[in-house]
Amino acid sequence: MDLVLFLTFALISVACALNMALQRHPVSSALSLIGVMVSLAVLYVLLGAEFIAAAQLVVYSGAIMVLFIFVIMLLNAGAERLTKKAGTAHFLGFPLLVILLALSSWVITNATSAAKPVKFGAFTGGGPREVGWELFTRYVLPFEVTSILILIAIAGAYRLANKEME
Amino acid sequence: MDYLLVSIIKTLIIAPLLLATLAYIVWVERKVIAHVQLRVGPYFVGPHGLLQPIADAIKLLTKEDFIPSGVNHFFYWAAPWMGLMFSVTGIAVIPLGPQVEILGVKTNLGLADINIGLLWILGLAGMGVYGIALAGWSSNNKYALLGAMRSSAQMISYELPMALALAAPLLMSNSLNLREVINTQSGFVFGFVPNWNLFTGFQIVGFVVYMICAFAETNRIPFDLPEAENELVAGFHSEYSSMKFAAFFMAEYCNMIIVCSVATALYLGGWNPIVPEPIAQFVPTILFGGAAALLFFHAMNPGRPTDRFSFPVFGVIMAGLALLFLIPVIGPILNSLFWFLGKVGFLLFFFIWVRATLPRFRYDQLMKIAWLFLFPVALANLLLTAFGVTFFQK
Repeated sequence: MDLVLFLTFALISVACALNMALQRHPVSSALSLIGVMVSLAVLYVLLGAEFIAAAQLVVYSGAIMVLFIFVIMLLNAGAERLTKKAGTAHFLGFPLLVILLALSSWVITNATSAAKPVKFGAFTGGGPREVGWELFTRYVLPFEVTSILILIAIAGAYRLANKEME
Repeated sequence: MDYLLVSIIKTLIIAPLLLATLAYIVWVERKVIAHVQLRVGPYFVGPHGLLQPIADAIKLLTKEDFIPSGVNHFFYWAAPWMGLMFSVTGIAVIPLGPQVEILGVKTNLGLADINIGLLWILGLAGMGVYGIALAGWSSNNKYALLGAMRSSAQMISYELPMALALAAPLLMSNSLNLREVINTQSGFVFGFVPNWNLFTGFQIVGFVVYMICAFAETNRIPFDLPEAENELVAGFHSEYSSMKFAAFFMAEYCNMIIVCSVATALYLGGWNPIVPEPIAQFVPTILFGGAAALLFFHAMNPGRPTDRFSFPVFGVIMAGLALLFLIPVIGPILNSLFWFLGKVGFLLFFFIWVRATLPRFRYDQLMKIAWLFLFPVALANLLLTAFGVTFFQK
Protein backbone atom coordinates (compact mmCIF):
# COMPACT_ATOMS: atom_id res chain seq x y z
CA MET A 1 0.00 0.00 0.00
CA ASP A 2 2.77 2.43 0.98
CA LEU A 3 4.75 1.56 -2.11
CA VAL A 4 1.75 2.07 -4.40
CA LEU A 5 1.04 5.44 -2.82
CA PHE A 6 4.69 6.43 -3.01
CA LEU A 7 4.98 5.51 -6.70
CA THR A 8 1.72 7.26 -7.56
CA PHE A 9 2.59 10.52 -5.91
CA ALA A 10 6.24 10.45 -6.92
CA LEU A 11 5.06 10.05 -10.51
CA ILE A 12 2.54 12.87 -10.10
CA SER A 13 5.13 15.20 -8.62
CA VAL A 14 7.63 14.49 -11.42
CA ALA A 15 4.94 14.90 -14.07
CA CYS A 16 3.80 18.17 -12.51
CA ALA A 17 7.38 19.43 -12.31
CA LEU A 18 7.94 18.64 -15.99
CA ASN A 19 4.62 20.24 -16.86
CA MET A 20 5.61 23.35 -14.96
CA ALA A 21 8.70 23.77 -17.12
CA LEU A 22 6.94 22.91 -20.37
CA GLN A 23 3.77 25.01 -20.03
CA ARG A 24 3.87 28.40 -21.73
CA HIS A 25 1.21 30.04 -19.60
CA PRO A 26 2.32 31.35 -16.17
CA VAL A 27 -0.93 30.29 -14.47
CA SER A 28 -0.57 26.71 -15.77
CA SER A 29 3.01 26.63 -14.54
CA ALA A 30 2.01 27.95 -11.13
CA LEU A 31 -0.74 25.34 -10.83
CA SER A 32 1.69 22.58 -11.78
CA LEU A 33 3.97 23.83 -9.02
CA ILE A 34 1.06 23.52 -6.59
CA GLY A 35 0.63 19.94 -7.80
CA VAL A 36 4.30 19.27 -7.06
CA MET A 37 3.96 20.72 -3.56
CA VAL A 38 0.82 18.80 -2.70
CA SER A 39 2.26 15.47 -3.86
CA LEU A 40 5.44 16.22 -1.92
CA ALA A 41 3.25 16.75 1.15
CA VAL A 42 1.79 13.28 0.60
CA LEU A 43 5.30 11.85 0.40
CA TYR A 44 6.16 13.56 3.70
CA VAL A 45 3.13 11.93 5.31
CA LEU A 46 4.27 8.55 3.99
CA LEU A 47 7.66 9.12 5.62
CA GLY A 48 6.01 9.94 8.94
CA ALA A 49 6.71 13.68 8.87
CA GLU A 50 3.13 14.82 9.48
CA PHE A 51 3.97 18.29 10.67
CA ILE A 52 6.23 19.06 7.72
CA ALA A 53 3.48 17.85 5.39
CA ALA A 54 0.91 20.13 7.00
CA ALA A 55 3.35 23.05 6.95
CA GLN A 56 3.99 22.34 3.27
CA LEU A 57 0.23 22.57 2.61
CA VAL A 58 -0.39 25.64 4.77
CA VAL A 59 2.68 27.67 3.88
CA TYR A 60 3.70 26.73 0.35
CA SER A 61 0.56 25.68 -1.45
CA GLY A 62 -1.78 27.70 0.76
CA ALA A 63 -0.04 31.03 1.16
CA ILE A 64 2.98 31.46 -1.09
CA MET A 65 1.40 30.07 -4.23
CA VAL A 66 -1.74 32.14 -3.67
CA LEU A 67 0.54 35.19 -3.70
CA PHE A 68 2.16 33.93 -6.93
CA ILE A 69 -1.22 33.47 -8.60
CA PHE A 70 -2.32 36.85 -7.27
CA VAL A 71 0.68 38.57 -8.83
CA ILE A 72 0.27 36.72 -12.14
CA MET A 73 -3.36 37.82 -12.29
CA LEU A 74 -2.51 41.36 -11.23
CA LEU A 75 0.03 41.71 -14.04
CA ASN A 76 -2.34 39.84 -16.36
CA ALA A 77 0.62 37.90 -17.76
CA GLY A 78 -0.26 36.09 -20.97
CA ALA A 79 1.26 33.01 -22.59
CA GLU A 80 4.97 33.25 -23.39
CA ARG A 81 6.12 33.19 -27.00
CA LEU A 82 9.14 31.30 -28.27
CA THR A 83 11.64 33.63 -29.92
CA LYS A 84 14.16 31.05 -31.27
CA LYS A 85 16.88 33.66 -30.85
CA ALA A 86 18.98 32.01 -28.16
CA GLY A 87 21.16 29.88 -30.45
CA THR A 88 23.68 28.67 -27.90
CA ALA A 89 20.95 27.64 -25.47
CA HIS A 90 19.23 25.79 -28.29
CA PHE A 91 22.22 23.55 -28.94
CA LEU A 92 24.01 23.44 -25.59
CA GLY A 93 20.97 23.51 -23.29
CA PHE A 94 20.08 19.84 -23.23
CA PRO A 95 23.63 18.41 -23.00
CA LEU A 96 24.48 20.87 -20.22
CA LEU A 97 21.34 19.88 -18.34
CA VAL A 98 22.31 16.20 -18.58
CA ILE A 99 25.82 16.99 -17.30
CA LEU A 100 24.41 19.03 -14.40
CA LEU A 101 22.00 16.28 -13.37
CA ALA A 102 24.71 13.61 -13.66
CA LEU A 103 27.13 15.68 -11.57
CA SER A 104 24.64 16.46 -8.86
CA SER A 105 23.45 12.85 -8.61
CA TRP A 106 27.10 11.72 -8.41
CA VAL A 107 27.79 14.19 -5.60
CA ILE A 108 24.65 13.20 -3.72
CA THR A 109 25.32 9.45 -3.96
CA ASN A 110 28.92 9.96 -2.83
CA ALA A 111 28.02 12.22 0.06
CA THR A 112 25.26 10.00 1.39
CA SER A 113 26.73 6.58 0.66
CA ALA A 114 26.65 5.64 4.35
CA ALA A 115 22.94 6.46 4.76
CA LYS A 116 20.61 3.56 5.33
CA PRO A 117 17.58 3.02 3.09
CA VAL A 118 14.31 4.52 4.34
CA LYS A 119 11.46 2.31 5.50
CA PHE A 120 7.91 3.60 5.34
CA GLY A 121 6.36 3.95 8.76
CA ALA A 122 9.66 3.48 10.61
CA PHE A 123 10.00 7.14 11.57
CA THR A 124 7.52 8.40 14.15
CA GLY A 125 9.11 11.64 15.39
CA GLY A 126 7.39 13.88 12.85
CA GLY A 127 4.39 15.05 14.84
CA PRO A 128 3.98 18.70 15.89
CA ARG A 129 5.02 17.90 19.48
CA GLU A 130 8.30 16.24 18.51
CA VAL A 131 9.19 18.87 15.91
CA GLY A 132 8.43 21.68 18.35
CA TRP A 133 10.50 20.05 21.07
CA GLU A 134 13.54 19.67 18.80
CA LEU A 135 13.08 23.18 17.47
CA PHE A 136 13.15 24.81 20.89
CA THR A 137 15.84 22.68 22.51
CA ARG A 138 18.42 21.32 20.11
CA TYR A 139 17.97 23.75 17.22
CA VAL A 140 16.99 26.84 19.18
CA LEU A 141 19.96 28.91 17.95
CA PRO A 142 19.39 28.35 14.20
CA PHE A 143 15.68 28.85 14.77
CA GLU A 144 16.14 32.23 16.45
CA VAL A 145 18.78 33.31 13.94
CA THR A 146 16.34 32.54 11.12
CA SER A 147 13.64 34.58 12.86
CA ILE A 148 15.97 37.57 13.10
CA LEU A 149 16.92 37.12 9.46
CA ILE A 150 13.26 37.19 8.43
CA LEU A 151 12.68 40.24 10.63
CA ILE A 152 15.55 42.05 8.89
CA ALA A 153 14.10 41.08 5.51
CA ILE A 154 10.69 42.47 6.51
CA ALA A 155 12.27 45.74 7.68
CA GLY A 156 14.22 45.96 4.43
CA ALA A 157 11.13 45.31 2.31
CA TYR A 158 9.26 47.96 4.26
CA ARG A 159 12.07 50.48 3.70
CA LEU A 160 12.21 49.77 -0.03
CA ALA A 161 8.44 50.00 -0.46
CA ASN A 162 8.35 53.20 1.56
CA LYS A 163 11.04 54.78 -0.59
CA GLU A 164 9.00 54.02 -3.70
CA MET A 165 5.92 55.68 -2.22
CA GLU A 166 7.77 58.87 -1.30
CA MET B 1 -9.18 -4.46 7.07
CA ASP B 2 -11.63 -3.86 9.89
CA TYR B 3 -10.51 -0.24 10.03
CA LEU B 4 -11.01 0.14 6.27
CA LEU B 5 -14.50 -1.36 6.43
CA VAL B 6 -15.55 0.87 9.34
CA SER B 7 -14.15 3.92 7.54
CA ILE B 8 -16.07 3.09 4.38
CA ILE B 9 -19.30 2.65 6.34
CA LYS B 10 -18.76 5.95 8.15
CA THR B 11 -18.05 7.73 4.88
CA LEU B 12 -21.17 6.24 3.32
CA ILE B 13 -23.21 7.60 6.22
CA ILE B 14 -21.63 11.03 6.49
CA ALA B 15 -21.28 11.94 2.79
CA PRO B 16 -25.01 11.80 1.85
CA LEU B 17 -25.93 13.50 5.12
CA LEU B 18 -23.45 16.27 4.33
CA LEU B 19 -24.87 16.79 0.85
CA ALA B 20 -28.43 16.88 2.20
CA THR B 21 -27.34 19.36 4.86
CA LEU B 22 -25.72 21.57 2.23
CA ALA B 23 -28.99 21.61 0.29
CA TYR B 24 -31.11 22.32 3.35
CA ILE B 25 -28.89 25.07 4.75
CA VAL B 26 -29.94 27.04 1.68
CA TRP B 27 -33.56 26.49 2.67
CA VAL B 28 -32.85 27.49 6.28
CA GLU B 29 -30.97 30.57 5.12
CA ARG B 30 -33.78 31.70 2.84
CA LYS B 31 -36.36 31.08 5.56
CA VAL B 32 -34.40 32.87 8.29
CA ILE B 33 -33.63 35.90 6.13
CA ALA B 34 -37.25 36.00 5.01
CA HIS B 35 -38.53 36.00 8.58
CA VAL B 36 -36.02 38.67 9.59
CA GLN B 37 -37.37 40.80 6.74
CA LEU B 38 -41.03 39.96 7.56
CA ARG B 39 -41.57 37.71 4.53
CA VAL B 40 -42.45 34.01 4.45
CA GLY B 41 -39.65 32.82 2.16
CA PRO B 42 -39.99 29.61 0.13
CA TYR B 43 -43.49 28.33 0.80
CA PHE B 44 -45.12 26.63 -2.15
CA VAL B 45 -42.91 23.64 -3.00
CA GLY B 46 -43.89 21.12 -0.35
CA PRO B 47 -45.13 22.06 3.13
CA HIS B 48 -43.42 25.31 4.17
CA GLY B 49 -41.18 25.06 1.10
CA LEU B 50 -39.42 21.96 2.45
CA LEU B 51 -39.02 20.44 -1.01
CA GLN B 52 -37.56 23.66 -2.43
CA PRO B 53 -33.92 22.43 -2.22
CA ILE B 54 -34.83 19.37 -4.31
CA ALA B 55 -36.58 21.57 -6.87
CA ASP B 56 -33.50 23.83 -6.92
CA ALA B 57 -31.22 20.84 -7.46
CA ILE B 58 -33.34 19.57 -10.39
CA LYS B 59 -33.40 23.06 -11.90
CA LEU B 60 -29.63 23.46 -11.64
CA LEU B 61 -28.94 19.95 -12.98
CA THR B 62 -31.14 20.36 -16.05
CA LYS B 63 -30.12 23.92 -16.87
CA GLU B 64 -27.98 24.56 -19.93
CA ASP B 65 -24.29 24.50 -19.02
CA PHE B 66 -23.35 27.64 -20.89
CA ILE B 67 -19.65 28.26 -21.63
CA PRO B 68 -18.93 31.83 -22.71
CA SER B 69 -16.48 32.53 -25.52
CA GLY B 70 -12.84 33.37 -24.78
CA VAL B 71 -12.63 31.38 -21.54
CA ASN B 72 -9.69 29.21 -20.64
CA HIS B 73 -11.53 25.90 -20.96
CA PHE B 74 -9.47 23.72 -18.66
CA PHE B 75 -9.41 26.15 -15.74
CA TYR B 76 -12.99 27.25 -16.31
CA TRP B 77 -14.06 23.63 -15.98
CA ALA B 78 -11.73 22.70 -13.13
CA ALA B 79 -12.16 25.74 -10.85
CA PRO B 80 -15.57 25.00 -9.27
CA TRP B 81 -14.72 21.37 -8.62
CA MET B 82 -11.37 22.32 -7.11
CA GLY B 83 -13.11 24.66 -4.70
CA LEU B 84 -15.68 22.03 -3.78
CA MET B 85 -13.07 19.30 -3.37
CA PHE B 86 -10.93 21.31 -0.96
CA SER B 87 -13.87 22.31 1.20
CA VAL B 88 -15.52 18.88 1.35
CA THR B 89 -12.23 17.18 2.25
CA GLY B 90 -12.01 19.33 5.37
CA ILE B 91 -15.09 17.60 6.81
CA ALA B 92 -13.02 14.42 7.20
CA VAL B 93 -11.16 15.61 10.31
CA ILE B 94 -14.15 17.13 12.12
CA PRO B 95 -14.83 15.09 15.28
CA LEU B 96 -18.58 14.69 15.81
CA GLY B 97 -18.56 12.85 19.11
CA PRO B 98 -16.49 10.77 21.53
CA GLN B 99 -15.40 7.18 21.05
CA VAL B 100 -18.43 4.90 21.05
CA GLU B 101 -19.11 1.20 20.82
CA ILE B 102 -21.65 0.17 18.18
CA LEU B 103 -22.38 -3.57 17.75
CA GLY B 104 -19.13 -4.42 19.50
CA VAL B 105 -17.00 -2.21 17.26
CA LYS B 106 -15.21 0.64 18.99
CA THR B 107 -14.95 3.70 16.79
CA ASN B 108 -14.69 7.47 16.93
CA LEU B 109 -17.67 9.52 15.81
CA GLY B 110 -16.12 11.33 12.89
CA LEU B 111 -14.19 10.19 9.84
CA ALA B 112 -10.46 10.62 10.42
CA ASP B 113 -8.58 11.13 13.67
CA ILE B 114 -5.21 12.66 12.81
CA ASN B 115 -2.65 14.45 14.94
CA ILE B 116 -2.55 17.48 12.68
CA GLY B 117 -6.31 17.91 12.33
CA LEU B 118 -6.37 21.66 12.69
CA LEU B 119 -3.39 22.22 10.39
CA TRP B 120 -5.15 20.07 7.80
CA ILE B 121 -8.19 22.34 7.94
CA LEU B 122 -6.04 25.49 7.76
CA GLY B 123 -4.14 24.06 4.78
CA LEU B 124 -7.33 23.21 2.93
CA ALA B 125 -8.78 26.62 3.73
CA GLY B 126 -5.70 28.14 2.13
CA MET B 127 -6.06 25.90 -0.91
CA GLY B 128 -9.76 26.69 -1.23
CA VAL B 129 -8.98 30.11 -2.63
CA TYR B 130 -7.71 28.56 -5.86
CA GLY B 131 -11.23 27.58 -6.85
CA ILE B 132 -12.40 31.18 -6.61
CA ALA B 133 -9.24 32.76 -8.01
CA LEU B 134 -9.07 30.48 -11.04
CA ALA B 135 -12.80 30.80 -11.70
CA GLY B 136 -12.55 34.55 -11.83
CA TRP B 137 -9.38 34.54 -13.88
CA SER B 138 -10.45 31.95 -16.47
CA SER B 139 -13.89 33.52 -17.06
CA ASN B 140 -12.50 36.23 -19.35
CA ASN B 141 -14.59 38.84 -17.61
CA LYS B 142 -13.17 41.83 -15.80
CA TYR B 143 -15.75 41.77 -13.03
CA ALA B 144 -15.03 38.11 -12.39
CA LEU B 145 -11.30 38.86 -12.37
CA LEU B 146 -11.78 41.70 -9.88
CA GLY B 147 -13.76 39.36 -7.65
CA ALA B 148 -11.02 36.74 -7.83
CA MET B 149 -8.31 39.28 -6.97
CA ARG B 150 -10.29 40.58 -4.03
CA SER B 151 -10.85 37.06 -2.83
CA SER B 152 -7.17 36.09 -2.90
CA ALA B 153 -6.07 39.29 -1.17
CA GLN B 154 -8.79 38.88 1.45
CA MET B 155 -7.93 35.24 2.12
CA ILE B 156 -4.21 35.93 2.53
CA SER B 157 -4.91 38.81 4.91
CA TYR B 158 -7.46 37.05 7.11
CA GLU B 159 -5.58 33.78 7.39
CA LEU B 160 -2.98 35.42 9.66
CA PRO B 161 -5.26 36.74 12.44
CA MET B 162 -7.32 33.55 12.15
CA ALA B 163 -4.32 31.29 12.70
CA LEU B 164 -3.10 33.52 15.56
CA ALA B 165 -6.51 33.42 17.22
CA LEU B 166 -6.67 29.63 16.86
CA ALA B 167 -3.20 29.22 18.36
CA ALA B 168 -4.35 30.50 21.77
CA PRO B 169 -6.78 27.66 22.65
CA LEU B 170 -4.26 25.19 21.22
CA LEU B 171 -1.73 26.43 23.78
CA MET B 172 -4.14 25.46 26.53
CA SER B 173 -4.94 22.00 25.27
CA ASN B 174 -1.36 21.35 24.11
CA SER B 175 -2.40 19.42 21.01
CA LEU B 176 -3.37 19.94 17.38
CA ASN B 177 -5.70 16.96 17.43
CA LEU B 178 -9.26 18.32 17.54
CA ARG B 179 -10.44 15.28 19.53
CA GLU B 180 -7.87 15.90 22.26
CA VAL B 181 -8.65 19.62 22.27
CA ILE B 182 -12.29 18.79 22.98
CA ASN B 183 -11.41 16.23 25.64
CA THR B 184 -9.45 18.83 27.62
CA GLN B 185 -12.59 20.99 27.76
CA SER B 186 -14.82 18.47 29.53
CA GLY B 187 -16.11 19.00 33.05
CA PHE B 188 -17.29 22.02 34.99
CA VAL B 189 -15.74 24.68 37.21
CA PHE B 190 -17.63 25.43 40.50
CA GLY B 191 -20.09 22.76 39.38
CA PHE B 192 -21.90 24.89 36.80
CA VAL B 193 -19.49 26.90 34.54
CA PRO B 194 -18.56 24.65 31.61
CA ASN B 195 -14.81 24.15 31.29
CA TRP B 196 -14.74 25.46 27.71
CA ASN B 197 -11.92 27.57 26.37
CA LEU B 198 -14.41 30.36 25.80
CA PHE B 199 -15.30 30.59 29.52
CA THR B 200 -12.57 29.18 31.74
CA GLY B 201 -9.83 29.82 29.19
CA PHE B 202 -10.86 33.51 28.88
CA GLN B 203 -10.81 33.20 25.08
CA ILE B 204 -13.74 35.53 24.43
CA VAL B 205 -11.48 37.96 22.52
CA GLY B 206 -9.92 35.15 20.51
CA PHE B 207 -13.37 33.77 19.75
CA VAL B 208 -14.61 37.12 18.43
CA VAL B 209 -11.47 37.58 16.31
CA TYR B 210 -11.83 34.04 14.96
CA MET B 211 -15.49 34.52 14.08
CA ILE B 212 -14.78 37.79 12.24
CA CYS B 213 -12.03 36.05 10.27
CA ALA B 214 -14.36 33.12 9.61
CA PHE B 215 -16.83 35.47 7.95
CA ALA B 216 -14.07 36.78 5.71
CA GLU B 217 -12.67 33.32 4.91
CA THR B 218 -16.05 32.04 3.79
CA ASN B 219 -16.81 35.18 1.75
CA ARG B 220 -19.97 35.90 3.69
CA ILE B 221 -21.66 39.23 4.32
CA PRO B 222 -20.34 41.61 5.67
CA PHE B 223 -17.13 40.53 3.91
CA ASP B 224 -18.53 39.18 0.64
CA LEU B 225 -16.52 41.63 -1.47
CA PRO B 226 -15.54 38.94 -4.03
CA GLU B 227 -19.18 38.65 -5.11
CA ALA B 228 -20.47 42.12 -4.29
CA GLU B 229 -23.58 42.34 -6.49
CA ASN B 230 -23.80 46.11 -6.66
CA GLU B 231 -20.19 46.46 -7.82
CA LEU B 232 -19.18 43.29 -9.65
CA VAL B 233 -22.38 41.78 -11.19
CA ALA B 234 -21.90 38.49 -9.31
CA GLY B 235 -18.14 38.57 -8.81
CA PHE B 236 -16.07 35.51 -9.50
CA HIS B 237 -19.02 33.34 -10.55
CA SER B 238 -20.58 35.82 -12.99
CA GLU B 239 -20.02 33.56 -15.98
CA TYR B 240 -21.02 30.27 -14.38
CA SER B 241 -24.30 28.45 -14.74
CA SER B 242 -25.85 25.08 -14.01
CA MET B 243 -24.01 22.61 -11.74
CA LYS B 244 -20.74 24.57 -11.81
CA PHE B 245 -22.60 27.50 -10.27
CA ALA B 246 -24.08 25.16 -7.69
CA ALA B 247 -20.61 23.79 -6.90
CA PHE B 248 -19.48 27.24 -5.76
CA PHE B 249 -22.41 27.48 -3.42
CA MET B 250 -21.93 24.00 -2.04
CA ALA B 251 -18.27 24.89 -1.38
CA GLU B 252 -19.30 28.09 0.39
CA TYR B 253 -21.80 26.35 2.67
CA CYS B 254 -19.38 23.50 3.29
CA ASN B 255 -16.74 26.05 4.33
CA MET B 256 -19.28 27.60 6.67
CA ILE B 257 -19.90 24.21 8.30
CA ILE B 258 -16.15 23.67 8.69
CA VAL B 259 -15.37 27.04 10.26
CA CYS B 260 -18.34 26.64 12.63
CA SER B 261 -17.18 23.13 13.58
CA VAL B 262 -13.67 24.43 14.29
CA ALA B 263 -15.11 27.20 16.47
CA THR B 264 -17.22 24.62 18.29
CA ALA B 265 -14.28 22.28 18.82
CA LEU B 266 -11.79 24.92 19.94
CA TYR B 267 -13.87 27.41 21.89
CA LEU B 268 -17.27 25.88 22.67
CA GLY B 269 -16.16 22.54 24.07
CA GLY B 270 -17.18 20.33 21.17
CA TRP B 271 -19.70 17.72 22.31
CA ASN B 272 -19.44 18.65 26.00
CA PRO B 273 -22.87 19.81 27.21
CA ILE B 274 -23.45 23.28 28.61
CA VAL B 275 -25.20 22.01 31.77
CA PRO B 276 -23.94 19.33 34.21
CA GLU B 277 -24.58 15.69 33.47
CA PRO B 278 -27.83 14.51 35.09
CA ILE B 279 -29.69 17.42 33.44
CA ALA B 280 -27.69 17.37 30.19
CA GLN B 281 -28.96 13.99 29.03
CA PHE B 282 -32.58 15.19 29.16
CA VAL B 283 -32.01 18.54 27.44
CA PRO B 284 -32.53 17.22 23.87
CA THR B 285 -35.69 15.38 24.93
CA ILE B 286 -37.05 18.50 26.62
CA LEU B 287 -36.21 20.70 23.63
CA PHE B 288 -37.70 18.40 21.01
CA GLY B 289 -40.68 17.63 23.25
CA GLY B 290 -41.25 21.35 23.72
CA ALA B 291 -41.08 21.88 19.96
CA ALA B 292 -43.62 19.10 19.46
CA ALA B 293 -45.97 20.60 22.07
CA LEU B 294 -45.65 24.03 20.46
CA LEU B 295 -46.46 22.58 17.02
CA PHE B 296 -49.52 20.72 18.36
CA PHE B 297 -50.68 23.88 20.11
CA HIS B 298 -50.39 25.97 16.94
CA ALA B 299 -52.11 23.25 14.89
CA MET B 300 -55.26 23.78 16.98
CA ASN B 301 -55.74 27.37 15.84
CA PRO B 302 -53.70 27.60 12.62
CA GLY B 303 -52.85 30.87 10.92
CA ARG B 304 -53.04 29.28 7.49
CA PRO B 305 -55.35 26.45 6.38
CA THR B 306 -52.51 24.07 5.42
CA ASP B 307 -50.98 24.32 8.88
CA ARG B 308 -53.88 22.24 10.25
CA PHE B 309 -52.30 19.22 8.53
CA SER B 310 -48.59 20.09 8.33
CA PHE B 311 -48.01 21.11 11.96
CA PRO B 312 -49.25 17.83 13.54
CA VAL B 313 -47.00 15.87 11.14
CA PHE B 314 -43.93 17.92 12.17
CA GLY B 315 -45.07 17.61 15.79
CA VAL B 316 -45.11 13.80 15.56
CA ILE B 317 -41.61 13.87 14.00
CA MET B 318 -40.33 16.10 16.82
CA ALA B 319 -41.93 13.87 19.48
CA GLY B 320 -40.33 10.85 17.83
CA LEU B 321 -36.93 12.56 17.95
CA ALA B 322 -37.51 13.42 21.62
CA LEU B 323 -38.23 9.76 22.43
CA LEU B 324 -35.22 8.60 20.39
CA PHE B 325 -32.90 10.31 22.90
CA LEU B 326 -34.35 8.19 25.73
CA ILE B 327 -33.40 4.79 24.21
CA PRO B 328 -30.61 3.36 26.42
CA VAL B 329 -27.84 2.46 23.93
CA ILE B 330 -28.44 4.99 21.14
CA GLY B 331 -29.37 7.81 23.51
CA PRO B 332 -25.87 8.76 24.77
CA ILE B 333 -24.44 8.61 21.23
CA LEU B 334 -27.19 10.85 19.91
CA ASN B 335 -26.77 13.10 22.92
CA SER B 336 -23.14 13.95 22.13
CA LEU B 337 -24.04 14.36 18.46
CA PHE B 338 -26.86 16.66 19.53
CA TRP B 339 -24.55 18.91 21.52
CA PHE B 340 -21.92 19.15 18.79
CA LEU B 341 -24.34 19.65 15.90
CA GLY B 342 -26.48 21.96 18.03
CA LYS B 343 -23.56 24.30 18.62
CA VAL B 344 -22.54 24.15 14.96
CA GLY B 345 -26.16 24.81 13.99
CA PHE B 346 -26.35 27.80 16.31
CA LEU B 347 -23.18 29.28 14.79
CA LEU B 348 -24.56 28.68 11.29
CA PHE B 349 -27.73 30.47 12.34
CA PHE B 350 -25.51 33.30 13.59
CA PHE B 351 -23.88 33.50 10.13
CA ILE B 352 -27.30 33.79 8.49
CA TRP B 353 -28.51 36.26 11.11
CA VAL B 354 -25.52 38.51 10.41
CA ARG B 355 -26.19 38.27 6.69
CA ALA B 356 -29.73 39.47 7.23
CA THR B 357 -28.60 42.32 9.46
CA LEU B 358 -25.35 43.94 8.38
CA PRO B 359 -24.41 45.85 5.23
CA ARG B 360 -21.22 45.18 3.28
CA PHE B 361 -17.86 46.72 4.16
CA ARG B 362 -15.89 48.82 1.72
CA TYR B 363 -12.77 47.15 0.40
CA ASP B 364 -10.23 49.43 2.11
CA GLN B 365 -12.15 49.05 5.39
CA LEU B 366 -11.93 45.29 5.00
CA MET B 367 -8.14 45.39 4.71
CA LYS B 368 -7.82 47.94 7.50
CA ILE B 369 -9.79 45.77 9.93
CA ALA B 370 -7.60 42.77 9.18
CA TRP B 371 -4.21 44.42 9.50
CA LEU B 372 -4.71 47.27 11.94
CA PHE B 373 -7.27 45.77 14.29
CA LEU B 374 -7.61 41.98 14.15
CA PHE B 375 -3.93 41.19 13.72
CA PRO B 376 -2.63 43.16 16.75
CA VAL B 377 -5.56 42.02 18.90
CA ALA B 378 -4.97 38.36 18.00
CA LEU B 379 -1.25 38.78 18.69
CA ALA B 380 -1.88 40.35 22.10
CA ASN B 381 -4.41 37.64 22.90
CA LEU B 382 -1.87 34.94 22.02
CA LEU B 383 0.78 36.62 24.18
CA LEU B 384 -1.53 36.95 27.20
CA THR B 385 -2.69 33.36 26.79
CA ALA B 386 0.91 32.17 26.63
CA PHE B 387 1.67 34.02 29.89
CA GLY B 388 -1.47 32.62 31.45
CA VAL B 389 -0.63 29.07 30.43
CA THR B 390 2.91 29.45 31.77
CA PHE B 391 1.94 30.84 35.15
CA PHE B 392 -1.40 29.17 35.86
CA GLN B 393 -1.27 25.85 34.03
CA LYS B 394 -4.83 24.66 33.57
